[in-house]
Amino acid sequence: MTQLTGSVRRGTNSSIVAVATLTGIFLFFALLMGSFAQDAGMEHQALTFMALAGAFLIGMALWAGGLVDRDPFDESEYENTLVKFGVAASMFWGIAGLLVGVVIALQLTWPAVFYFPELGWTNFGRLRPLHTSAVIFAFGGNVLLATSFYVVQRTCRTRIAGGMWPWFVFWGYQIFIVLAATGYLMGVTQSKEYAEPEWYVDLWLTLVWVVYLLVFLGTLWKRKEPHIYVANWFYLSFIVTIAMLHIVNNLSIPVSLTGSKSVQVFAGVQDAMTQWWYGHNAVGFFLTTGFLAIMYYFIPKRVNRPVYSYRLSIVHFWSLIFIYIWAGPHHLHYTALPQWAQTLGMTFSIMLWMPSWGGMINGVMTLSGAWDKLRTDPVVRMMVVSLAFYGMATFEGPLMSVRAVNSLSHYTEWGIGHVHSGALGWVGYISFGALYCLTPWLYKKKALFSKSLVEWHFWISTIGIIFYMISMWFAGIMEGLMWRAYNEYGFLEYSFVETVEAKHISYIIRMVGGLLYFAGAAIMSYNLIRTALGHGEAEALDPAATDTYAKPEPRAALVPAE
Amino acid sequence: MGLMNNHGVLERHSLLLTIGILVVVSIGGIIQMAPLMYMDNTIEKVDGMRPYTPLELKGRDIYIREGCYVCHSQMVRPLRDEVERYGHYSLAAESMYDHPFQWGSKRTGPDLARVGGKYSAEWQVDHLIDPRALVPESIMPPYAFLMDKKLKYDDIEDRLRTERLVGVPYNDDMIANAKGHVLAQADPNDKGFDYYDSLMALYEAEAGREGTVEARDWDGNPDTITEMDALVAYLQMTGTLVDFSTYQANDLSNRR
Repeated sequence: MTQLTGSVRRGTNSSIVAVATLTGIFLFFALLMGSFAQDAGMEHQALTFMALAGAFLIGMALWAGGLVDRDPFDESEYENTLVKFGVAASMFWGIAGLLVGVVIALQLTWPAVFYFPELGWTNFGRLRPLHTSAVIFAFGGNVLLATSFYVVQRTCRTRIAGGMWPWFVFWGYQIFIVLAATGYLMGVTQSKEYAEPEWYVDLWLTLVWVVYLLVFLGTLWKRKEPHIYVANWFYLSFIVTIAMLHIVNNLSIPVSLTGSKSVQVFAGVQDAMTQWWYGHNAVGFFLTTGFLAIMYYFIPKRVNRPVYSYRLSIVHFWSLIFIYIWAGPHHLHYTALPQWAQTLGMTFSIMLWMPSWGGMINGVMTLSGAWDKLRTDPVVRMMVVSLAFYGMATFEGPLMSVRAVNSLSHYTEWGIGHVHSGALGWVGYISFGALYCLTPWLYKKKALFSKSLVEWHFWISTIGIIFYMISMWFAGIMEGLMWRAYNEYGFLEYSFVETVEAKHISYIIRMVGGLLYFAGAAIMSYNLIRTALGHGEAEALDPAATDTYAKPEPRAALVPAE
Repeated sequence: MGLMNNHGVLERHSLLLTIGILVVVSIGGIIQMAPLMYMDNTIEKVDGMRPYTPLELKGRDIYIREGCYVCHSQMVRPLRDEVERYGHYSLAAESMYDHPFQWGSKRTGPDLARVGGKYSAEWQVDHLIDPRALVPESIMPPYAFLMDKKLKYDDIEDRLRTERLVGVPYNDDMIANAKGHVLAQADPNDKGFDYYDSLMALYEAEAGREGTVEARDWDGNPDTITEMDALVAYLQMTGTLVDFSTYQANDLSNRR
């Protein structure tokens, strides 16, 4: 018994050394690349990396030095601190990303006020990728990291695998975010939407992601449950598929090993197809399957009911991931992409409606026998409304993928409205629901600091989403119709700039909608911080209850891993 | 439902589940992407298409750096209003040297696939400096700072070599004379005079027709080659390489 514990200790401590060594090697690379940098972008990025990775190393050394005899990776405890960091990072990046969104909405509304001719890096073209990456990869990504680390431990009844490696995933991912974000502001971009970071940032993310996959699989391998829970299928498909998409879409050759610029391997039609295969499945596997995993754990847990249908989860899981991959070409209707590919994309997009709604039904119907919670628990309401938005967006998507509809909707604000009903409604709300659940659970509190603040958050941001969606539907359909309008003499009726001018009111309403949504997220952050501090209704759970608070399966110590 | 009962196997074996996922998500992408590498109408070359000159390539890099693609598409769809507003619909071959492609996904501003020659270079410069001075309703950001930034092109040979690695037909002469070609296209009467003939000969030979390369001072400041020079040189050539006046849309070879 003692020997076993000893060997486990040695094994896990070696993970600290391994993480430090690997980080040190990359620090050395960064030093070389920074010293021989071909351009200012690379120089800044190398310095940024060295500062962050150096801080990580120093922090890790101080922390490991202060451990004395305590086992930091005690197998009889869940790793909760890491999840707490993930929750904090999600809140931070969420606020940052939404704020940039409000700024760029203001720029489009009042360009004369919000553009500064001498500050080129604040232009819309550089801030818009900052906004999209911050909300998708920084906010969404951290929510997925935090929840997956939490869920995989509970559903496998074991501590997360890999000792220090999950921490490497977390901090490595934050470094990726900072490199990407500062790169955009300096104009370091490969211009592929939602895959803008340059080659060396892509390589770093690939490393972090492979470690993430191994940590996740490692945890599954030492599980104390015979079956892998459905949420973990979804997390696994998210991790595996994002790895595949990321690697193929970012195939590029750097001009110099010490320069930031790279040249894409594919060109023209082939590159367009690859990009939208990636782009649409970033939606499918980052923003859908990852967040469905959250649904499959947090909704049943919160309402204390089993998942509605096991069979439905099997059917909709496999059909969803099979069909999603085909949907990319609907972003390329009427382009130079061959029409057979466009037709395949449209057909599969329409089929995608069914597995999407299968997931929604499975989530909503989990409330069977607990419908009263919709009225009494605003967190449950938030998660169920997120499924309603998911259902709406996954109906709207197939509709917009029909070639005839797409000829009107493509390139317009309708697309912006569509992604935001999915992003704000579905991804945002299911994430907020998970954060509202996690914070009291992690800090061992009876409840959130204030339930009424959750109500405020819910209603303010719901009104915000409605403002956003309706204004963008209106603007998008209007400009689509204006672009194709002819006068009685057979000439185009409107010049392009007249269609821009016509959207001004819609832009104002959209900006207000975004501001409301941002305000809701700010209220949530305040509520979560006060909860962690144990204020208001967030009383500590009594020690007796705390002792039995979720722990890994105790038999673990008796039964060595296979 | 026998299949359902066997699902437990996947739920108990994480590697089988992982492999199963990987197989299922690979199929669609392979079927849609692989044929595009071999099909005639996605890889054929059309008369007039040539690689970007070094100055145009640098201008395109600035277009990418500033994120122009987030508001401007470069893909004219074969719809009546678009063809009348922007010009002939875009061909696959017209972006064959675009690593990466710039088709875009949103038209907050108009399509730019054929903006080349639509306005004068002087208009483009003035518009980039202060869009609202020329188009009061415009919501485009100002790019006056491009006038003050000297174009950096000391790595241009490596840049062309990398493009050649991924299949763009830059020959040895183009690479060896790349710096001179930048001068020739932005300052043909003075500093670039000696390289002017070589620039024209090499790139027009690749295009297969004359008149696809324009050389001049682009930004109204002949003393310095600025980023504005490069960007406007790029904008002024977009969509101009294929001569659609000789394109026989109804020719048998174009019917498929």
